[in-house]
Amino acid sequence: MGQLQVELVAADRKVWEGEAKQVSARTVEGELGILPGHTPLLGVLVSGEVRIESISGQTHTATIDTGFLSVEHDRVTIVAEVVDASQIRA
Amino acid sequence: MRVYRQRIRSVQATKKITRAMELIAASRVVKARQRVIESTPYASALTRAVSAVATFSNVEHPLTTEHPQVRRAAMVVITSDRGLAGAYSSAVLKESEKLAELLREEGKEVIPYLVGRKAVGFYKFRRREFAQEWSGFSDSPTFEVAREIGTRITEDFIKDYDTGGVDEVHVVFTRFVSMVTQEPEVIRLLPLEVVEGTEAPESDEVLPLYEFEPSADQVLDALLPKYVTERLFNALLQSAASELAARQRAMKSATDNAEELIRKYTRLANQARQAEITQEISEIVGGADALASAK
Repeated sequence: MGQLQVELVAADRKVWEGEAKQVSARTVEGELGILPGHTPLLGVLVSGEVRIESISGQTHTATIDTGFLSVEHDRVTIVAEVVDASQIRA
Repeated sequence: MRVYRQRIRSVQATKKITRAMELIAASRVVKARQRVIESTPYASALTRAVSAVATFSNVEHPLTTEHPQVRRAAMVVITSDRGLAGAYSSAVLKESEKLAELLREEGKEVIPYLVGRKAVGFYKFRRREFAQEWSGFSDSPTFEVAREIGTRITEDFIKDYDTGGVDEVHVVFTRFVSMVTQEPEVIRLLPLEVVEGTEAPESDEVLPLYEFEPSADQVLDALLPKYVTERLFNALLQSAASELAARQRAMKSATDNAEELIRKYTRLANQARQAEITQEISEIVGGADALASAK
């Protein structure tokens, strides 16, 4: 099992990019956790928190309004129009 | 001579203003270009996702279907709020007039949506009707504005013709090619032509078979309005960068002109001063001569 390549993208900038062990977010169907090796997925996110547990064990939390999330070959892209990244350190 | 001095002073004052505007535009254009670049990750992620859904599901969506008969077309015109930017706004307006002409020839009714005070002024002066205006942000558009415009246009697009809906949406904006070239351009925003996006994923890369949550239709439902908004946002950002670049250039040539005027008037003033001195000397000499001969 490898690790996830995560990108968190807002409409006007790239918020965060890096490697992570786990990503969790809320889709319209409920809480969704993604680990390395997940099947390709495109999901619609509702507004709420996105948590990224980075490779160093730190947890980054960002608040997004509606957006979507795509997973393919351990690349996770979280896209939201507005991201509140005040709690994220680069 | 006094007149020349006055002119020099007034031109110098103007020069200071144009120089300041040039510098402000120059520093803002860098920021505006930065914003265009920063918004690309979002654009490419969206385009990729939209093409993924479009490839793996044959979903008919109201935003992508062509109307069998286009009777009314919306035209979004993006101009600046302030002038002093050379031909920037008038180039866009000229382009929009051409488009409107073309659409009318095809028998479509044109509904203008205006962005920027210059376009609003243009239409109000000619007492023409327009659907809605947005202004006050042209050199640094925010995403919220793009969303507002996007929502309004999408709503009107989905409405039936009979209730005032439009069947097509065109956008006239200025593409930022480089610091010296900005071109007015027309794109058809709706109905969407997906997949043939400008930043389509590389062809050698096969898109994986996605699972959709909750379902392909619903994902598409959520994605397409965002896609529309993103295209608008991109058009706004490019226009902002173009506006500032155009203003920088216009102000630079104004400053150069002012410098030349100052040089010209300084010469004339010097000449006038010299003529005055020469005249005074010859008067003194003439006076002395007259006194000497009177003795």
